Amino acid sequence: MPEIKSRPKWGKLDPAKQASAHLVCAERGAIDAVARAFAGRPEVIGKTILVHVAEGDAGAPASLAGVAYHPLPSRATALTAFRAHLGRAKMGTQLHLAGSEAFLNEASALAHGCGVVGDGLTTELCGDPARRVQCVHCKGMMDDVSASPVACRHCGVNLMVRDHYSRRLGAFMGVCVDAEAPGDLPAAASF
Amino acid sequence: MSLALDPGFFRQETFRDDFTFANSQEAIRRFPFPFDRDQYMYAVNIEQHMPGPEKHATHFPIDIDEHYVAEMADRERVLAEDPLRCQSLPHMITAEWDLLELLMTSMARDYPAWFALGREGDRWHWINRPMGIEEHFTFGDVATLPYGPMEYITRQCQGDFCLLDQRGDNLWLDSGIVTSQADWSLDFDLGMNFIEWHAPVPRAHDMGVFERALKFLLNLQLGRPIRRLNWTMTINPRLDTSPENYHRWGIDRTTVTPDNVGDKVHLRVELQALWRLPRSNAIVFSIRCYLIKMREVATVPKWARRLHRVLRDLPDDLADYKGLTNYRGMTVDWLSRHDDGAPTSPGFYPD
Repeated sequence: MPEIKSRPKWGKLDPAKQASAHLVCAERGAIDAVARAFAGRPEVIGKTILVHVAEGDAGAPASLAGVAYHPLPSRATALTAFRAHLGRAKMGTQLHLAGSEAFLNEASALAHGCGVVGDGLTTELCGDPARRVQCVHCKGMMDDVSASPVACRHCGVNLMVRDHYSRRLGAFMGVCVDAEAPGDLPAAASF
Repeated sequence: MSLALDPGFFRQETFRDDFTFANSQEAIRRFPFPFDRDQYMYAVNIEQHMPGPEKHATHFPIDIDEHYVAEMADRERVLAEDPLRCQSLPHMITAEWDLLELLMTSMARDYPAWFALGREGDRWHWINRPMGIEEHFTFGDVATLPYGPMEYITRQCQGDFCLLDQRGDNLWLDSGIVTSQADWSLDFDLGMNFIEWHAPVPRAHDMGVFERALKFLLNLQLGRPIRRLNWTMTINPRLDTSPENYHRWGIDRTTVTPDNVGDKVHLRVELQALWRLPRSNAIVFSIRCYLIKMREVATVPKWARRLHRVLRDLPDDLADYKGLTNYRGMTVDWLSRHDDGAPTSPGFYPD
């Protein structure tokens, strides 16, 4: 089965030296991907804001010394801070996102909603393949869905998670799996 | 338009609950039957949207038929329950006005007994007699209409409508009103480009269908609209077969029995037309749904023979994508009683 055309293609973090500034949001261990892409590039690091979903405040890795480092305790708080920095960003700022599938789903939709397109955004998938899913019936969003089918956490309908993906919503579509045979669920498969 | 003098022309019927929808003999004859041969496979089956035969569904660019008033009542119910069925991104407002102009001028020109449009500069006067609507408004001023321009006019015009913005060598689904769809979600697909919103369709990507269709559409010219037919099947004459409500209507697919095929199983045809718009350079994508019961198909011998052969020979993955799997066998059996094996004439129309 070929990859469905609406699925997001994540790549590698790739800060452009000609960007006027860099705004990074990374989730937990994905900070290692940031270090790989930014370390040893003082001309880039000197104009980088790094928002990090971090447990505790261990500070930025030594290889990233020089970035403006902002640790936040959760994905939600980090994305609020990221959005606030984005609101003050200058023309020519490049965005970078590193984290799990569900993190990239939500964070890239935020960037997309602010009009960031094309080379203005680089991404890197690190870790958990669990997806962000929207129930098409009640429109409820679910973070970190690790397998399909799944019962909607909002309305309870049993959902198959399709590969069809909306960049605007930052979510995969969940659609009723047992409408034509109520209660008849296929075995759950992990992503 | 002597039909307009007949107050009974517009049927009182429903597309939900008791499902009283049916086609008159005239509506059957004018039905846009989608198969011009005894088999089906994907193709970029695009043709100029030129006037078709007198009285046929393609005779006028915008087709208003006996189901008009009832369909508009159904749309009103869908929108009342789920406002997300009509959405428009802010940069599409010029395209919305373009659409209003296209629909009002087409409807008033081709159905003068039902619709009238007066224009003095930007001051427009619209009359819709079947729905009992009269409106004075200023073209370009959203404050002078009770809804946005797209929603205002498409609450009065059969068919779903999407407005496609053109940029970056792609088409973007940035606006639409979608209440009679074959199982796709405007809310989910809003903002997608042409390749993305067709992503779930099997086979066609590998055939290069969408790349070719996109290239063609990017060059669509003002004043040269095009059309194509698409089809699926629906159990009960339900217009609103949305994914949003699939958990409610999906069960209908299990209610087909050998005895009720003729009345329950419907061929669902979409007459899709595309127009370039003059101010916005956007494209209108209209998706007009026509339903016909198997019992009604069987009154046209050529169509019954042909539909039997098409359904019987349809590849399994296409049948599955179209949601036919549960009831295809019974429908093929039912139609086989109307297929004597005689050859069928080429082309869409009845003999």
